Parts: sequence; C-alpha cells; structure tokens
Amino acid sequence: MLASNLFATGKNQKERIQDKKIMKQHRLKRLYGVLFIVFCSVLAFVLVYFAIRDNVNLFYSPSDLFENPPQGRNAIRAGGLVEIGSLRRSTNSLEIEFIITDLKKSIAVNYTGILPDLFKENAGVVATGYFDKSKMSLDAYQILAKHDENYVPKEVKKALEK
Amino acid sequence: MFQKLKNFYHKLGSYPWFYKISGKVIPFVGFFSISLIVISSIWGLFFSPTDAVQGDVYRIIYFHVPAVSVSQVIYYSMSVAAAVFLIWRMKMAGVYIKSLAPIGAAFTFIGLLSGAIWGQPTWGTWWVWDARLTSTLVLFLFYLAIIGMQSTFASRKSADTAVSIITLVGVVNLPIVKKSVDWWNTLHQPASISISGESSISSEMLIPLLLSILGVYLFVFFTGLLFMRAEISSREQNKEWFKKLSSNN
Repeated sequence: MLASNLFATGKNQKERIQDKKIMKQHRLKRLYGVLFIVFCSVLAFVLVYFAIRDNVNLFYSPSDLFENPPQGRNAIRAGGLVEIGSLRRSTNSLEIEFIITDLKKSIAVNYTGILPDLFKENAGVVATGYFDKSKMSLDAYQILAKHDENYVPKEVKKALEK
Repeated sequence: MFQKLKNFYHKLGSYPWFYKISGKVIPFVGFFSISLIVISSIWGLFFSPTDAVQGDVYRIIYFHVPAVSVSQVIYYSMSVAAAVFLIWRMKMAGVYIKSLAPIGAAFTFIGLLSGAIWGQPTWGTWWVWDARLTSTLVLFLFYLAIIGMQSTFASRKSADTAVSIITLVGVVNLPIVKKSVDWWNTLHQPASISISGESSISSEMLIPLLLSILGVYLFVFFTGLLFMRAEISSREQNKEWFKKLSSNN
C-alpha cells in the first residue's frame, strides 16, 4: 500500500515532503490574510465599543442613578422591577405612580397613560423620562414592560400557586 | 478517516458531483422540512399550553426563534465558506455564499418582523434600540451588503473574493448578537433554551419549539441546495458536463 503510494504519485522526493505538510506555503499565507481580516474587524468593533460603552446599556438601574446621577435635562431610561405594593393608580385619570427597584436602591416613577399588558408588580419594567435629582424620581413619558425568559403553562402556574 | 474526509472535501468542490447528489437529496429534505414545519406550527399554535404570563401571544415564539437562530447559523457557515474560498480558492464556496445570503437575509427579516409583532403587545413597543435588536439589524445589513456586492464586479472571481472578505468582517457581530442579552441591560430577555443547563421553558412548550427549529434548519438545507443548483447551472451552462447532462434529460 505504502509502496504503491510512493510509486504512483510520480513526484520527486522534495514534492512529496511538501505534500506531507498540512498546508502548502501559499495557502498558509492566505490563511494569515484571513486571520488578519478577522483580527482587524474585531479590533474595529472593540474600538467602537469603547467609544460608545456608556450608551450600550438600554437603561440605568436605580443603583447606577444613585452613584452617578445624570447631568443635564436629557431624557433617560431607568429599569428594574416594579416594587411589590408600590403601584398607586389615580381614581379619575390615567396617572400612576410606582417604585422601580433593583433590590438595593429604588426610585419613584410617575406616568400618565396606558400601560403595556405585561406591566405588573414584581415584573421587569423600563421607563423613559426626565430625572429629578432632588427627589430621585422619574417623570416618565414611556413605560415598557420586560418579560423574562421563563415560559410556564397557565395550568401549571395555577397548580403551583394553590 | 482523515483521508475519507479529505476525499469528501474534494468531492464537495466538484460541480458535477454536487449536482448529481443534490438532485437525489432534495425531494427527501424538502418533504421532511415542510412536514416538520406544518406539524410544529399546528402543534405550537393549537396544542401547546398557554403561557402563564404572556397568554397566547407567546406562540409567535414558534416562528421567531427558528428564524433568528437559523439566520445566525447561516452566517457562521457562510464565514467558514468565505475562509475556504480565500484560502483554497474553492469555487463551490463562492456559490455557497451567493446562494445562502438571500436565505439568511430573509430569515433575519422574518426574525426582526416577528420580534416587532411580538414586542408591540408584550413590551409596549415595536422597536427599541437595545443591544440585541440593534446587533440583529446589523446582521441583516451585512446580509444586504453581501447580496448587493455580488453584482458590482465584472468578474465572478473578484466578486466572490470581495464578498468573502465582507462576510469575514461581519462574523464578529455574531457573538455580539448572541451574548448581548448577557453583557448589557437590554429590553430583550436572555435565552430560554440552554444546551448545557436546564432550559427555562417548560418541556410541553419546548418540544414543538425544537421541532420547528429542526424544520426550519432542514428547510434552509432544502432551499440552499435548490439555490446552489440554480447558481451552478448559471455559471456552468456552457461547460461540457452541463450540456451533456441537459441533453440527457
């Protein structure tokens, strides 16, 4: 088998040694080219990331807001859980108040409008609006509900709660 | 074993061999993929249980997750093909990228659209510029760039080379799409299906979801083969083997 291989190729000794190498020289060079392209684009993405890293997060947690209250009058987003028992609805308007907590710190939010279906106490929420540093509260104009990654059948959840 | 793999790799590069084998495989793959998609859609839409938090709207998961998942897998496979094209100059890799890019773009679009339709009733918005959604949009734009670049070159070889380079540039975006929900605060929730640990979706909902994912993967395999055959026949229409093949039929 080995002998027939040796004779069948009709190549000289040097070429056979070349063939034994995993990759031929010119292909190895092109492999470096490919790796260089990938390296450059990773580098570009990393640089972009460092330029925008303060803005990559969609929202600030209440702890972030206590540590680093936002400067200026721009709208910000705050996110966390709606504290249990904190939701207050007005009886004659769409005005509501609640507290966003990350279980360490919390901020008050007030909002006038319709809430998304998934909004409820102890569930995730992202509120956009203007932050008042003196009261540590947010005057929100948009409320988004977060849903978590858990999917449980209705019947199972009911049975668990009994 | 290595020799066998090497032989298979060389065969993959051969148009006549691919054309012959793919012609035999296509009917089976097509049949299985479409039946799986039909079965899993009916199962997911009518028979899987209602979610405790989201209600029935969660059922869009049976379209959203397979679409976005396959769009990422297609891009990974295209970047492998791009490296193969650049290093070994295998023409088939160029055919692969050209044929799979529109399929990937279509599924990314389905993923973005179904995500928006899902987001409106649950989150309260169609779109938000969070890291997951934005990086998926970037993936879609890379697909569009790859498709757009195909026709901007006079020669097939330079088009394939340029497209391969663009494909490789875009591959860094994929880990960002995948990990964005873990690295940063996003509106999008983290993954529910876990390969290594326990999935956070109940098994009655998970089984039809896995079936729909399998169905869509097979569907991409099916359409991929069809598109590649079309591309090969347009590139090789004047070659001897192709003329012989078409005169035989």
